[in-house]
Amino acid sequence: MPLIIPQPLYNQLRAHGEETYPHECCGILLGNSDADHLTVCQLIRAGNTRTDSAHNRYNIAPQELIAAQREARKHNLDIVGFYHSHPDHPAQWSPTDFAEAHWFGCAYVITSVDGDKTTGHAQLTNSFLLTGATEEDKAFIPQRIEFDSPASK
Amino acid sequence: MNIHIPTPLRTYTDKQETVSVDGATVAEGLAALTAAFPAMQQHLFTAEGKLRSFVNVYLNDDDVRYLPAKEDSLVASTDELTIIPSIAGGCTLTGCCR
Repeated sequence: MPLIIPQPLYNQLRAHGEETYPHECCGILLGNSDADHLTVCQLIRAGNTRTDSAHNRYNIAPQELIAAQREARKHNLDIVGFYHSHPDHPAQWSPTDFAEAHWFGCAYVITSVDGDKTTGHAQLTNSFLLTGATEEDKAFIPQRIEFDSPASK
Repeated sequence: MNIHIPTPLRTYTDKQETVSVDGATVAEGLAALTAAFPAMQQHLFTAEGKLRSFVNVYLNDDDVRYLPAKEDSLVASTDELTIIPSIAGGCTLTGCCR
């Protein structure tokens, strides 16, 4: 199941990771899902509440998630995924990412941002689909990212 | 009251994004939800009947865990409950998986 995202939104989530470097950025992806696709229509930047360890941890406040869910409802959209950055680490899920992933069927997009601890540049961006239905059988599987222009819809 | 269901749990509510239930408290509302949709029980509660640590329940804009009466908080028919799993993670010092 690919993640379909307009190129401008893809660029925005990568730019977010550069802006917050050397800290992790995070955000919410709104869109639609069906049996074959997750399609992103809107991106909502979120604050990282893990100010105690923002270089290697992120947490989105539930209030921001609820606001995002309300925003999605207004536009007949759903929360279809999340994104965050890995400063000076690979664009691969970590044990912490996996342990704290609970949104089954949603995309977890990770961008690696490399830098000199002052300025960072986005490198790879990967998406992982959280499959399964319970904490016991969940798994992250790599998910192809495809670009879609809003003008083509 | 209306209970808003997050995307991953709609599988267990016949795809319904919002479920309307009767109940005088948060606990009664959640009990009515799991009575109507029994598969929700294991996703919201541990085997001991405690709300799972990563499941947040909000009464309007308030986290139920921080309300004085917690899950026994009174709920009006116009109130909204929102179930929202946590979202967190990060690249820990132990490195990342490939």
